[in-house]
Amino acid sequence: MADVTMTVNGRKISGTVEDRTLLVHFLRENEGLTGTHVGCDTSQCGACVVHVDGMAVKSCTMLAAQASGSEVLTIEGLADGAELHPVQAAFKEHHGLQCGFCTPGMIMAAADMIRRHPEGLDEKTVRAELEGNICRCTGYHNIVKAILAASEAMGGKAKAA
Amino acid sequence: MYNTTYRRASSIDEAVKLLSDAEDGKFVAGGQTLIPTMKARLAAPSDLIDLRHIADLKGVTVAGDRVKIGAGTTHAEVASNAALAKACPALCHMASHIGDPHVRHMGTLGGSVANNDPAADYPAALLALSATVHTSKREIPADDFFTGLFETALAEDEIVTAVSFSLPEKAGYAKFPNPASRYALTGVFVAKRPDSVRVAVTGAGEEGVFRAGELETALASSFDAAALDGAKVSADKLMSDIHASAEYRANLVVVMAKRAVQAALA
Repeated sequence: MADVTMTVNGRKISGTVEDRTLLVHFLRENEGLTGTHVGCDTSQCGACVVHVDGMAVKSCTMLAAQASGSEVLTIEGLADGAELHPVQAAFKEHHGLQCGFCTPGMIMAAADMIRRHPEGLDEKTVRAELEGNICRCTGYHNIVKAILAASEAMGGKAKAA
Repeated sequence: MYNTTYRRASSIDEAVKLLSDAEDGKFVAGGQTLIPTMKARLAAPSDLIDLRHIADLKGVTVAGDRVKIGAGTTHAEVASNAALAKACPALCHMASHIGDPHVRHMGTLGGSVANNDPAADYPAALLALSATVHTSKREIPADDFFTGLFETALAEDEIVTAVSFSLPEKAGYAKFPNPASRYALTGVFVAKRPDSVRVAVTGAGEEGVFRAGELETALASSFDAAALDGAKVSADKLMSDIHASAEYRANLVVVMAKRAVQAALA
């Protein structure tokens, strides 16, 4: 068994899990943070994207033990209280989701993308950057629109997500 | 995933020791290949020795015409390194097209090189750049390092610590990515030096990365995409799978080589 300690959404937590426990299962089952989804389980779809030490990673492709000692941000920790994060607000405004299954990963990926592109984003860049996130409903069109709008709303400037 | 025992090493020596103490241990760096492989139960190491927290494996140095990249450097770090972007932009371009952004935040140079996937990007870059692979035991020229499908010259308890190379005059990389995995269906890295041109191909060879001698000869006399007009690469020893036949890949090698030369000259 592995003793795991990490900061999740600003809260220090610890637990003892099997060494093989994936970060996504630790978050969902031990912490009850079920906003992070398991889509494909083969590291392709991106529904499980969370931020580890400020960077977007696939939480189904990392052991909880590997993430021990890290700062983790999940979709539950993105909003500032009752006020939606600009990326969440943009997904709502631009109808960037249908069934919503991929949405947590999309939003976490989008926040990371905007952070890495303080100069702003164009459609081509957004589409290329979404290579690791699969959506089966929307055809991506409104997701791309939402990310572009969020990037603009955030002043095209880096903002800690 | 079968059960395993996770161990975190803080130095190279400690990692080697942890591996030798393990029954059937494996080193893990970013884990972007190994963790999915374990999830699919295609690998079941008794112990996972995590190299991600070893400070000695990190960092990029560009000094004069020498470049050295620590094995623990992630693809995202290579892609966005300012000194490297000036010195060898082709390598940054290549790293920026591995997998997807999330994979690039975890996946490392050393992991890619040690795994030697026949469709991975780094092996082509290292072979074309005549790079040296530094390990916990020795230095191995790229020419001798990649020995076959997922096979390298590494011993079981040997860790890739860094990769170094001297800067080429010009370099370029072009790949035709598999639209699902982003692995190279065929990728070609070209590196031009005053006295030679090296062309290395990934994603196409039955035995992994290889040099395309006929294309090197054509480019040595004239380093221009036009020099490859009408060039042919034999489909013998190229891969055939559901994505592409060997003949299709043979054609792609020439097309990607042309694009890589154009990128090098741009």
